[in-house]
Amino acid sequence: MINTMECAVDAQSLISISLMKIHNSRTQRGGIKLHKNLLVSYVLRNARQVYIKEKYAEIYRMQQYEEVMTVCNEIQELNPLDLDAEDADDEEQARAACCGEEASLCGSACHRDAAQPAAHARTASALPGCEEDCKEPEPSYYRSCCMEASPVSHCDQFPANSSAHCNKTTVLDLDTHVVTTVENGYLHQDCCCDALQCGQGAQSPAKKRKVEFGCCVSDVEEVSDFTAARKRAKREDCSYSHPDYTDTSNISNLISIFGSGFSGLLSRQADLEQICSKQVLASLGAWTRAIVAF
Amino acid sequence: RLAGIVRPGGDMQWCFSQVKGAIDDDVAEADIISTVEFNHTGELLATGDKGGRVVIFQQEIENKNQPQFRSEYNVYSTFQSHEPEFDYLKSLEIEEKINKIRWLPQKNAAQFLLSTNDKTIKLWKISERDKRPEGYNLKEDDGRFKDPNNITSLRVPVLIPMDLMVEASPRRVFANAHTYHINSISVNSDNETYLSADDLRINLWHLEITDRSFNIVDIKPANMEELTEVITAAEFHPHQCNTFVYSSSKGTIRLCDMRVSALCDKHSKLFEEPEDPSNRSFFSEIISSISDVKFSHNGRYMMTRDYLSVKIWDLNMESRPVETYQVHEYLRSKLCSLYENDCIFDKFECCWNGNDSVVMTGSYNNFFRMFDRGQRRDVTLEASRENSKPMQVLKPRKVCAGGKRKKDEISVDSLDFNKKILHTAWHPQDNIIAVATTNNLYIFQDKVN
Repeated sequence: MINTMECAVDAQSLISISLMKIHNSRTQRGGIKLHKNLLVSYVLRNARQVYIKEKYAEIYRMQQYEEVMTVCNEIQELNPLDLDAEDADDEEQARAACCGEEASLCGSACHRDAAQPAAHARTASALPGCEEDCKEPEPSYYRSCCMEASPVSHCDQFPANSSAHCNKTTVLDLDTHVVTTVENGYLHQDCCCDALQCGQGAQSPAKKRKVEFGCCVSDVEEVSDFTAARKRAKREDCSYSHPDYTDTSNISNLISIFGSGFSGLLSRQADLEQICSKQVLASLGAWTRAIVAF
Repeated sequence: RLAGIVRPGGDMQWCFSQVKGAIDDDVAEADIISTVEFNHTGELLATGDKGGRVVIFQQEIENKNQPQFRSEYNVYSTFQSHEPEFDYLKSLEIEEKINKIRWLPQKNAAQFLLSTNDKTIKLWKISERDKRPEGYNLKEDDGRFKDPNNITSLRVPVLIPMDLMVEASPRRVFANAHTYHINSISVNSDNETYLSADDLRINLWHLEITDRSFNIVDIKPANMEELTEVITAAEFHPHQCNTFVYSSSKGTIRLCDMRVSALCDKHSKLFEEPEDPSNRSFFSEIISSISDVKFSHNGRYMMTRDYLSVKIWDLNMESRPVETYQVHEYLRSKLCSLYENDCIFDKFECCWNGNDSVVMTGSYNNFFRMFDRGQRRDVTLEASRENSKPMQVLKPRKVCAGGKRKKDEISVDSLDFNKKILHTAWHPQDNIIAVATTNNLYIFQDKVN
């Protein structure tokens, strides 16, 4: 874990300073100094790691904020006396809804959860757009922010539907050339999908395909109960699973807000982390190596 | 004289002896000193500079009338060792800067040293001439040829004394063996071979043979994109002619035995200290890169210098150093600025005193540090023109890392990072040290009571 506290300059500035040094070294008298450039490439790598981590943390925080706001709005609509009673039922319902959605999207994964066949019919129709746009986003794509290791669960929540206004940021991954668009704080992204496919054993070069998650959750919103929203809020995108990334403070805040953890959301977190971190590390190496090789 | 930082009865004190070089504050780049080295007796002190010149100082015979003064070092010889070159094939300029000088042990009346720039090593012979021939038959004294018709008698030319002339002549040129920049040369204890090291390779030469060398270490990866470390320094063991070490940019030192195999890619020993994870920063890799490695005179230890510390290693223990000395730990919180101004890439050297009881290295603000291994004491001294009165005792300096600054302390933010001492040398048998600031050479000696 890189300690950034004592650095007066942020990661992004370090990256530009480092690139400038490499650029200047090409015109230096005596030829390119291999040793110095190698050391600069290490700083580049470190700065990039921190930059990515901070970027995703920011996105995650934005996302969480949006969800908290959504949940707060929904809380106001509910009769507070019904909350406890609904919890247990709603968990089941939400789980069903989630599984149902996933069944239509993810092929075999949710079929394993045989307890909610009824959900299929109910939810299948709600997701026409998803079927076209989404290609096998694994249920394990989403990692519960509870960070609990649980037996493989195939039911994850999809993020809440995006609100009306659009707020886009585009991030280009320099190694894999994956374009990541962040809309309203929700990440549309390929890295993890590719990683997952790698994890499944399939070779997947980086694709620029976007997975629109926002469209998949319309049904969940329709269910729209306190618990469903809670699950939504707790979902975490696997793209955050950078080897150094642990945003446990945000998660514990959310858990304390909603009163309990939900163990059902988590599936294959450890695997996912591994896959994503390997990909990130491999890509970092290529990038730094590319800098050195001249 | 015993060499040691502390004498029975009190601390040793260091006095100013001499300073060589221009007083000008405006430093010409060619005058920047790039290497300092005593010969094996300490009688000669050589410096190399960025302009490719070598200046050798000689210690005068001790003045018996004034025993409290050790003899001074005066210029003995100056010559242009290397010139700038241009590699047309690669469109690269090759700097004439002298990276290292190493003396050969003296075998006859002449002195020999190796000097190297980034690409070429040269063997120089420095010899004295104090007689000249006179009375040629066919030549006038000024060298013009006589008209043979005018010669009526023959005489035998005689050698007459003349003012001492010191001549330096290049005896060997060892070229075209290094693709990358040479950082080290080291003469073997067999006095017949020496090694030269660049970023990725180490070559073994015979002093008599210039058209070939043996490659003994090659860490160049098949794919340069996989490069993770480079060689930063190399040295032969002072007694075992089959043993040498080389340090890397990753903070490791490898000891190699040339008897094991012709190519010493596989090390016999690997010296490495695990990194402290709590100190991890953007610049961890840079500050762990070793800038110098030196065997102790007795051959039992070696010393390494990285950006912030000096470490002493026992050759029998690979897992960690036996001693670690912090040179300027207060810089750890300034690494970012030091990266921006490139100071973090400065390569500090280190040296042992004659009996391996004290080690010395340089720092910023023209400070240099000595660590007494036995007494567990250290001192910070300054090389400056202000403290340059003859035999003036150097006052220990102190850097205030934070909080209230005491009188006579200097705060970290006041340090001048342009004034750096990268090269220091210790007389092999006496308490005389040579300390190079940017373009001046200071000579200090211990106070003789």
